[in-house]
Amino acid sequence: MSAVASETKTRQLPYVVAITEGVREVLKEQANAFVAGEDVAGAGSVYGYYRGLLDEFGADRIYDTPISEKGIIGLGVGAAAAGLRPVLDIMFMDFIGECMDEIANQMAKMRFMFGGSATLPITVLTMAGAGANLAAQHSQSLEAWLAHLPGLKVVMPATPYDAKGLIIAAARDDNPVFVVLNKMSLAMMGDVPEGPYEVPIGKANVVRTGKNYTIVTLGRMLGQALDAAKQLAELGIDAEVIDARSVQPFDTEAVIKSVEKTHRAMVVHEAVRFGGFGAEIAAQIQEHAFDYLDAPVARVGAPFSPVPFSPALEKVYVPNAERIVVVAREQLGI
Amino acid sequence: MARIHKTVTGDGFLAKQPTNKTLLDIHRRMVRIRHFEERAGKLMEDGKIPGALHLYVGQEAVAAGVMVHLTAEDQITSTHRGHGHLIAKGGDFDRMYAELFGRSTGYCKGKGGSMHISNMDLGMLGANGIVGGGPPIAMGAAFANKFRKSKHVAVAFFGDGASNEGSFHEAANMASLYKLPAIFVCENNGYGEYTAQANHQAVVDVADRAAGYGMPGVIVDGMDAVAVYEAAGEAIARARKGQGPTLLECKTYRFYDHVGVRGMGLNYRTDDEVKKWMKRDPIKLFEARLAEQKVLSKKQAEAVHAEVLAEIEAAVAFAEQSPMPDVASLLDDVYSTAG
Repeated sequence: MSAVASETKTRQLPYVVAITEGVREVLKEQANAFVAGEDVAGAGSVYGYYRGLLDEFGADRIYDTPISEKGIIGLGVGAAAAGLRPVLDIMFMDFIGECMDEIANQMAKMRFMFGGSATLPITVLTMAGAGANLAAQHSQSLEAWLAHLPGLKVVMPATPYDAKGLIIAAARDDNPVFVVLNKMSLAMMGDVPEGPYEVPIGKANVVRTGKNYTIVTLGRMLGQALDAAKQLAELGIDAEVIDARSVQPFDTEAVIKSVEKTHRAMVVHEAVRFGGFGAEIAAQIQEHAFDYLDAPVARVGAPFSPVPFSPALEKVYVPNAERIVVVAREQLGI
Repeated sequence: MARIHKTVTGDGFLAKQPTNKTLLDIHRRMVRIRHFEERAGKLMEDGKIPGALHLYVGQEAVAAGVMVHLTAEDQITSTHRGHGHLIAKGGDFDRMYAELFGRSTGYCKGKGGSMHISNMDLGMLGANGIVGGGPPIAMGAAFANKFRKSKHVAVAFFGDGASNEGSFHEAANMASLYKLPAIFVCENNGYGEYTAQANHQAVVDVADRAAGYGMPGVIVDGMDAVAVYEAAGEAIARARKGQGPTLLECKTYRFYDHVGVRGMGLNYRTDDEVKKWMKRDPIKLFEARLAEQKVLSKKQAEAVHAEVLAEIEAAVAFAEQSPMPDVASLLDDVYSTAG
């Protein structure tokens, strides 16, 4: 964890307020930063995480946009190319389909295409995650779409501490960074220091140390993996749980270091398992630590279907601690 | 809002006539574009320039008539037919040809090529390989200008084809909503790639679409540099005064094919049509006007052409002698390593 000055007060705050605090620090420290997105100013966003910022910073710093995702990302790309540091909000991650050209062909590639002459310090906050009965178009985790695009960075805060620290790090970064938030984490409580601090992008977080099993998680799956680790402990499995924090760049080194110690690994994410980012992690492990592996790398993710609406279906769709334990037992033959 | 929609003829009813100095400036910019493109097309056909070029020949009056109003601090976004915009914005032939040749001395170090040619120092935020890619970016640059309370404007160049892309509509709506200093310059050359305008949109005048966004829509003869100059001048002045964006439709024509040079003998348009438009060659029309007004004699015009041609020869030599990018540079500039 980043060093925090000793006099800094740490409070227990929900994830949603940690987001607000992160954005507030960004607007305070960067005069060229502004927020733009759907319902962000007057309403403070549908989940309320910009609440109070309009009053605090004024209408010159936070803008309600039309429901126009191409326009929002285009606004950010043009404004950043002209020297500003936009903080953009794409209300639900599912909506990136509306602006994929602006993301994939403009934002991600402009610097490279222009031989390094353009700098795009853009932060995009967007809400992923299933479990709220919002069905197939408001629940997806699409980080793999973004991680596949050279030029973008993608982080997935799992805790209130990380939400604030990764937002601040994203806004200080001179590259486009997507901060993929999770709607099921909004009420999650955790320690959050006052004032600004960074959680470095590209560094994984070893949340639980263990001797003979490695679980790598993305975003909200950290909590599920920690629960699973407790259950696995009763079966004699001492799991190390690593929160990737960042999928692009991905901290391969941290994972390999762990696997060299534990010899067995699992990757857990909420996104559809097939072609998900976990496939890349598994490939990295076998490329770099094949000789250390005692078992194939296991993967836990959503089944190959859109997110279902019915609570009865969604409950079995989203990966959880129980599934992690079942898959681990199959993998390890215990 | 009432539909504001007028046709500009270049007779000087919108703004004061340009000075002789401005007329000569416009002329030189047009000639620079024409010869650059003619030579680039030949180099492509000879296999010396790799990839695809989309040439601007025929549309020069638009870039020149707009850009003469702008400084390097004003931004533009361009299209896949973007060389003309960069030249009119002050682009350097050496670095432009070098980019087309894929050399390390090019504006983009050989990473972008024709379709992504750009120069941030000149406020040229890129040609764009995506039809409709530019307008949202120009809107964002205009937003930055307003955010900083500067008087700079951003101009989006795009075609009739791009006016069917959602990106144009979202950008137009937001630019008007926020009263941004933006100008949407539609170069209506009658074709979206190989499809005639009548087969890709139900409107005849793209400028009609301005009404949907509460901004003025102006139609101008895009083969008449003075008409473009006047209409662009009014739109840009309006934007600088904080009165919001304008949609300026320039009716023009590309003399050559969508890609490369071969302009005749294809099925999607008739040779008669091409010949008819070539009779209204914007440079010839403009030179006739300048001669008539005794601003530039035929002989003086020829001297301008000769100067530009000599500059082009030197630039092509520079490009051909420039090194290819070092293979080690492949992964450079995917990310900024600062910050």
